[in-house]
Amino acid sequence: MAKPAQVSTEVVQPHNAVKPNPPLKKLGPAAKWGDDRVGLGGIGNFLLRKIFPDHWSFMLGEIALYSFIILLVTGVFLTIWFKPSMGEIEYQGSYQLLKGLPMSEAFASTLNISFDIRGGLLVRQIHHWAAMTFVAAMMVHALRVFFTGAFRKPREINWLLGVGLLIMGTIEGFAGYSLPDDLLSGTGLRFADGLIRSIPLVGTWVEFFLFGGEFPGTLIVPRLYMVHILLLPGLILGLIAAHLALVFYHKHSQYPGPGRTETNVVGIPMFPTFAAKAGGLFFIVSGFLTLLGTFVQINPVWVVGPYNPAQVTAGSQPDWYMGPAEGAVRIMPNIESYIGGTTWSWNVMIPGLGFLGLLFVSLGVYPFIEKWLTGDDSEHHIVDRPRNAATRTAIGVAAMSVYAMFWLSGGNDILAIRFHVSLNQVTEVMRVMVFLAPILAFIITKRICLGLQRKDQERLLHGSETGTMMRTADGGYYEPHLPISHDEAWTLTQHKQYMPLDATAADDRNGLAKKDVVSRNRSRWSRWFYKDRVEIPTAEELIAARDHIEHEKHGELDDVHDPELTGKH
Amino acid sequence: MSEQNDVKTPDVNEHGWIQAQPVPNPGIEEHVNRWSDEDEGANRRATRQIVACFALSPLFAIAFIVAYFAIPGPLGRNPEESYGGPIVPVLGMSAQHFYMGLFLGLAILLIGIGLVQWARRIMNDREIAEERHQLSSTPENKQLVLEKLEAMGKDANIYGRRSIIGWSLLGALGLTALAPLVTLADAGPWPLPSTRHRTLERTLFAETESKTIYLVNDVTYERIKASDMEIGQLINGEPSNLEELHHSDPARFQSEKAKSAIIVVRMDPNTINITGREDWQVGGILAFSKICTHVGCPISLWEQQTHHLLCPCHQSTFDLGNHGKVVFGPAARALPQLPITVDAEGYLIAQRDFEVAVGPSFFERPFNRENDKGEY
Repeated sequence: MAKPAQVSTEVVQPHNAVKPNPPLKKLGPAAKWGDDRVGLGGIGNFLLRKIFPDHWSFMLGEIALYSFIILLVTGVFLTIWFKPSMGEIEYQGSYQLLKGLPMSEAFASTLNISFDIRGGLLVRQIHHWAAMTFVAAMMVHALRVFFTGAFRKPREINWLLGVGLLIMGTIEGFAGYSLPDDLLSGTGLRFADGLIRSIPLVGTWVEFFLFGGEFPGTLIVPRLYMVHILLLPGLILGLIAAHLALVFYHKHSQYPGPGRTETNVVGIPMFPTFAAKAGGLFFIVSGFLTLLGTFVQINPVWVVGPYNPAQVTAGSQPDWYMGPAEGAVRIMPNIESYIGGTTWSWNVMIPGLGFLGLLFVSLGVYPFIEKWLTGDDSEHHIVDRPRNAATRTAIGVAAMSVYAMFWLSGGNDILAIRFHVSLNQVTEVMRVMVFLAPILAFIITKRICLGLQRKDQERLLHGSETGTMMRTADGGYYEPHLPISHDEAWTLTQHKQYMPLDATAADDRNGLAKKDVVSRNRSRWSRWFYKDRVEIPTAEELIAARDHIEHEKHGELDDVHDPELTGKH
Repeated sequence: MSEQNDVKTPDVNEHGWIQAQPVPNPGIEEHVNRWSDEDEGANRRATRQIVACFALSPLFAIAFIVAYFAIPGPLGRNPEESYGGPIVPVLGMSAQHFYMGLFLGLAILLIGIGLVQWARRIMNDREIAEERHQLSSTPENKQLVLEKLEAMGKDANIYGRRSIIGWSLLGALGLTALAPLVTLADAGPWPLPSTRHRTLERTLFAETESKTIYLVNDVTYERIKASDMEIGQLINGEPSNLEELHHSDPARFQSEKAKSAIIVVRMDPNTINITGREDWQVGGILAFSKICTHVGCPISLWEQQTHHLLCPCHQSTFDLGNHGKVVFGPAARALPQLPITVDAEGYLIAQRDFEVAVGPSFFERPFNRENDKGEY
């Protein structure tokens, strides 16, 4: 966004260098056939030259989408060979170290895919890497949307659909991870079982209904298989379709810049440029995942062996996105209540279910909280630069720091071993850090944002540094500044600045609808959210500043002594 | 600059924000030609490189197919070989896996790189502005919809007293949609008190009521002789009837194993506290449940000198020298201890089942101070 210092006042009208292609009829009889039956022309008119803004951060959601397509393709291959059965057999495959061992058919068929099916290991590893990438890309995409405020009206529904996708992607990943019935996945299920049991009142019932009785039973793998290959992929596909449909209907949001307004969208047409870039990205993601699946081993189930409820490996870790829940469970103090013959396991319920619940609920309600604080009911198609929404950005980084602290806690044993420190101390420090880190992160981030706002103001009022030192006749030194370009000045000043909502005075309330009354509480929160900001300079200030810079450029020595310009504040 | 005349002064508008926009919109920035737009040679080079990507890709795709058939795979042509086909030096992976993955990855990647390069270097890169349409429907449209809703209500003829038709339909749909959920009630046995007593609250050691249950090694199923155990030794054990179950009822095998796994340790009797459980042990040999009271991982990391047992999953630590009490970590309850003794030949046997349910807590689990907190 920040552009090199240059003055550009010319308004360039966008135009197409290339003449549009001849209309449909040149595409031949096939197009006519389709148009006659489904009105292909209308669809083409809507889609062919639809404009998409071009920015690297808009690719994150695409990466998630493409990972999901890879998951579907590789998943179909795996279902051809995988046997979702917990029935016990004796392994007779080609992996010598496990030959003759009793194990479930699920585990044996996973070994079979890995060792006896040509390309099986490759596809299995691509599938697992794609799953990791799917969740990671969704999460980073959600962060982009959060920090740029792209969840605001009219995109709240799409934000909620996204949160739904994140939840389902996480469960889908866990279900898939549990299928091979190896020692790690069985331990993961044991953990899930402990979590489910801790739910008050119904926990035991849920456990018995899910597992078909006591853990582990013989039904959980076939049931999770159904969830993993039918139920959740179907729901995820439906949500993705709705998510994309809304992106098309709303038209994509765009970053602030010259010519970008709330009523237009500036970018490249769907065909051919966007399609080539997006399609290219699909192949790059696929190729990259294929090479990852080739070169980087993931989940070598044969190393840990089949599930045995009496065994566990040290340093067992779930897939990365389960890390924070795992960490929360690890560092939670051991509080349990016993009331009238019942057990309330706060030590499991609060971190295990409470953490994930809190994460997804707070993600879901955030857009509505922010709207409550602004009272802003207008549409937003120009996204925020994160610095201009300092408090939101600070909240986001604080939340990320909580996530990071819990995630680190999920590896407290690894940290203790790698850094040669006491495991108990790591745990105790993390208990404090999950509360301290977000406070520090919030303060630091907010200060950085305000500092960046100040820097923007500095560029607007003082221009950009030239890197040239000038000596005046009387021996003083100064660095002349150049005015920034019109494009940049627009980009730095086009955004809205919210004022904290004032509480409605008691005698003004008569005759107001309830929704129009601002309570004292709402006003306080609004003040907390919006009071700190660096004002955008007024037009008069900008004109005065430009005059100063112009004078300075012409070496008018009177101005050089102005401390504002020489930097001798 | 000319725009200085039409400035707006900042003012909080009725929506509560300032949108001063002291700088007028300059319009979309001037397009800067790329080198490949200006230079014929650069353009030709870009074209050549893109075509090279698209030409190489199918070659790699063919190489992938060749690798599939030509390189002996893990399955191998020769079942005598331990791991089928040849191995790639240094990387140590199956050559078939390596070449298939490499060729397929490159074939796919080259298409992607070619497409992106085509878009970046050859295709028109001028940005276009498109007007956004209004997201909400037009007032006329809203009016039309209201009229149609009105007509819809009239046609359905459910105004006034007849509105009960609509409500009763809603009720019927709701209940009929929910009714089939009852079929899920058989997804598992109901954990009523009698069922819980047979399952969660009972382990294989309960069969001591009808026969002698030996403590056996969990891998070899060999009985454990008290005199063979050294001070400081730990044995992962199971009840002897688990082996029979493996043959008689394999479906129950894993679930019973998940509850009955035990840790048998021998400690110096002078260094441990056995208050209240004096007759549960044999000369410093104690047996505890191996299943963590937190979320059920099998606990296995033993500190011989401190008598501490650490769970590798969430680091709950239990003191086996003091009633299995929790000394660190998220677990809230002590490890249940199994009362043991010896038979006439000196083999360790169970006296009876655990006094409390083993494993992670569940809602209906009654609290037992002696066993759950080790307090006597």
